Amino acid sequence: MSARFTWAQAAVALAIAAFLFAFLIWPVMTVIWVAFADRAGGLTLSHFGAFFQITLMRESFANSLYVAGMTVIVTSLIAVPLSYFTVRFRFRGAALIQTLGVLPLIMPAFVGASAMQLLFGRSGSVNLLLMDAFGISIPIMEGLNGVIFVESLHYFPFILLNLSVALANIDTSMEEAAQNLGASGWRLFRRVVFPLALPGYIAGASLVFIKVFDDLGTPLVLNVTNMLAPQAYLRVTSIGIEDPIGYVICVFLVVFSVAAMAGSAWFLKGRDFATLQRGGAAGLRRRLSPWQAALAYGWIALLLLLVLSPHLGLLLLSLSRVWSYSVLPDAYTLENYATVFRDATGMMVNTLLYCGGAALLDVIIGTAIAYLVLRTGVPGRQWLDHMATVALAMPGVVLGIGYLRSFRDVDLPLGMGPLTGSALIFILAYAIRRLPYALRSCNAALAQVHLSLEEAAQNLGASRGRTIVRVVVPMMMGGILAGFVTSFITAAGEISETILLTSRESLAPMSYGIYLYMQSIAGRGPGAALGVLAVVLVGLGTYLSHRLVASRQASLERR
Amino acid sequence: MKTVNRFALLFAAVPALAWAQQQVTIVTSFPKELTSAYQRDFEKRNPGVKVEILNKATPAGVAYVRETRPGERPDVFWASAPDAFEVLAKEGLLTKYDPGIKGIPNKIGNYPINDPQGFYRGQALAGYGIMWNTRYLAARKLPAPREWADLAKPVYFSHVSTSSPSRSGTTHLTMETILQGEGWTKGWEQILRICGNSAAITERSFGVPDGVSNGQFGIGLVIDFLGLAPKNSGFPVEFVYPSVTAIVPANIGLVNGAKNAELGRRFIHYSLSPEGQALLLEKAISRLPVLPETYKSAPAGYPNPYAGNIKAKVNFDSELAESRYYVVSSVFDHAITFRHKELVVATRAILEAERRLAAKPSAQGAQRLAEAKAVAYTPVVDESKVRDKEFLALFSDTKRDAARTKRVTALEEHWANEAKKNYARAAELASEAGRLAR
Repeated sequence: MSARFTWAQAAVALAIAAFLFAFLIWPVMTVIWVAFADRAGGLTLSHFGAFFQITLMRESFANSLYVAGMTVIVTSLIAVPLSYFTVRFRFRGAALIQTLGVLPLIMPAFVGASAMQLLFGRSGSVNLLLMDAFGISIPIMEGLNGVIFVESLHYFPFILLNLSVALANIDTSMEEAAQNLGASGWRLFRRVVFPLALPGYIAGASLVFIKVFDDLGTPLVLNVTNMLAPQAYLRVTSIGIEDPIGYVICVFLVVFSVAAMAGSAWFLKGRDFATLQRGGAAGLRRRLSPWQAALAYGWIALLLLLVLSPHLGLLLLSLSRVWSYSVLPDAYTLENYATVFRDATGMMVNTLLYCGGAALLDVIIGTAIAYLVLRTGVPGRQWLDHMATVALAMPGVVLGIGYLRSFRDVDLPLGMGPLTGSALIFILAYAIRRLPYALRSCNAALAQVHLSLEEAAQNLGASRGRTIVRVVVPMMMGGILAGFVTSFITAAGEISETILLTSRESLAPMSYGIYLYMQSIAGRGPGAALGVLAVVLVGLGTYLSHRLVASRQASLERR
Repeated sequence: MKTVNRFALLFAAVPALAWAQQQVTIVTSFPKELTSAYQRDFEKRNPGVKVEILNKATPAGVAYVRETRPGERPDVFWASAPDAFEVLAKEGLLTKYDPGIKGIPNKIGNYPINDPQGFYRGQALAGYGIMWNTRYLAARKLPAPREWADLAKPVYFSHVSTSSPSRSGTTHLTMETILQGEGWTKGWEQILRICGNSAAITERSFGVPDGVSNGQFGIGLVIDFLGLAPKNSGFPVEFVYPSVTAIVPANIGLVNGAKNAELGRRFIHYSLSPEGQALLLEKAISRLPVLPETYKSAPAGYPNPYAGNIKAKVNFDSELAESRYYVVSSVFDHAITFRHKELVVATRAILEAERRLAAKPSAQGAQRLAEAKAVAYTPVVDESKVRDKEFLALFSDTKRDAARTKRVTALEEHWANEAKKNYARAAELASEAGRLAR
């Protein structure tokens, strides 16, 4: 890597920096500032002193750490076998499993949690059956363990997606070499395959850790309040928007998430993961012995049953008239869907528009940052990465309020009214908070493209720009697609910013609609119906984006 | 590149469509059933006018109005909690409007229906009560509760649910009703025992009726329409007003700096007119109108606070409630919400000891048990404190400087530790008492 850089690269870096400053740093500063502000307008650190004196805060901190750590372990147990078996072995239904495996992310976490309560909760189907048969009930959904259970089922696709791409990109000659040298089974996985796929795994695992660490919706639905993110939210919304301790917590969330990111980067630094070839053609997949196959299929079937349970619960709820203290609903109806189609079609269009726009913006910026960081010598390029990553740690509430504060006097051109009352504000807010996902995926993808390929292209006379378009981006396409899909899906499930930014119902996306209908006093049926439609729609969107990228890639290759 | 253009086209087209009509914007915390009924009917009566509903939790709604620039603000604020309207009025975010509807009384009991200063008006009445899931109670062979005090009974251990006053304006009013009805010390004792019996302190007030409706919880403390509407929609639930309850108004007010104040006025006028009031009686809404004549068309057995078929023993003192609002919320959260696990452990130990002592009485054991109850169910803040103006002032201002934040957090820390210590001690005393029964 050279320390030189071109002016074009510097200009791109500057533009991205300006964008991040305007739509991330500045809005957040206007809010975070409260943590340091004295009433007189001066700066003070005394709020931090007060924070450390509170037992509850220390306890919440420990709880958040415990839940996030445990979730990483549980998600790894789910995702590592799923991706390893489906990518590396001849496995019937591998594509189906990969697709089904992404489904949990499509559903907003709070919807998943409430659907799971109907199945696994105190009077959920499972416990009702157990009580009938054995007179016992299992508190699966209670306390911190309940949070770990729900979060694990919700966030394991982060690892699945990133690890699958990394595994698919490993040069299979490495594995063949290892096999020729006598390695097989567990040893082959532990000593060769997994270490080579480590960038993907670490990218996924650090995402899981951070998302769980500052997730708000799931603990709140399960009524767990002794964690850091709920404490911040409770303080800001109950004591008031001016309460400094709430903002001190936000500062801690930010610092800790950035530290986790930096830690994973440091861990990967100085190790070489690049392989020369993009490997993993289907023909090279290995076979499982019959009893290995039985074990693998059994484990995966069990996992999928668990993973799909929230969807099943939601589907039942959407078709039910009344579902109360019984294993299955009393009566079925399609009325809920009729209600939703009558009132909420605009919301579906909005969701596709906002999330598609945001995800597109994300992969463009993400690819640019990854390239600037890994391949150029633009001064301060690491800061672009750090700045974008900070967004991950921003509670949606904080960013939402920051946007309303910073942009309330900004009008769009051509008389389209204020920025805060337009579709653009959603796209920007979604894009900013999902940028880190896209960035991680793009980074991991680029880290696996060997520099010598670009050098070869340039030696053959290709310009830098041409090399990027013809060599780098096509080689990264798997990672870019993973980034697009993750951004799109998680934006579709976003609720905390959405509530703050929705200024008219005609502008509202589906997540807002689900939230709204889920609060319906006459039952949650319509909310569940909209949830089911959201899953279908986002699933369809994901599939189409796959197709779009695939056809673009095909046309690139033809050229 | 083609995709980019397509997206650009799409989002340029969407806002243009939304501006075709005249529009009135309403910020509300009310459920969809209620707001859509008003939206549909108002639009039918005012052709060419579009009603835009912005559904937000009340605190988020207040923040939204505050953060929007004057002239772009929503037109009407419509929610239950009177204190949210106090906050809005104090910050100059409401403007006076009198629709001049005749027949609405000035007061319900002792409580003014309309803001005496005229910034907001009562649009419906609300009482607080108890709802329960009939299947849940039948399956576990539990009797139906009637009074707040019933919820503190041993049979209901782990079957009750409530929200926290800091999370929901309606729960705050419920707790304040108990505190005013029973007095500070006795009221807290009752609240602590009810919460000790609770399976969960839910994060939103809506979590309670929802949990009871779907059978996660057996019993819940709720505002009346959240209990009546699921019942009327076919869920196996029942609702009752206990004798110690208060009737307070849910309010509506015109926002200062509204984008379309004229339409806002028209909507408020409509919501208080006989036509608007009649909508409240719909099955899925089930609210109490403020206009007494509307009750004439109500179905038989519909509760009517003006006719006295809800017996409200408490004359709710809103000034007292307002003055200690943050103290009640904060004590509840630090002694109950965040220490709920420990409170439940203490309660379980106390109930277990009670059961054993009932089988094998022991004077010494009974004394230990009484001690345990006293330790667990005494509020961490005594009554003399809440009469102290200086103490209350510490909490009443939300914009805090460093020194005040330090004092408040030190106090909250003290309460939390005190509560934790008390619950541990109570559990210890109770198990001693249980052993003495042998």
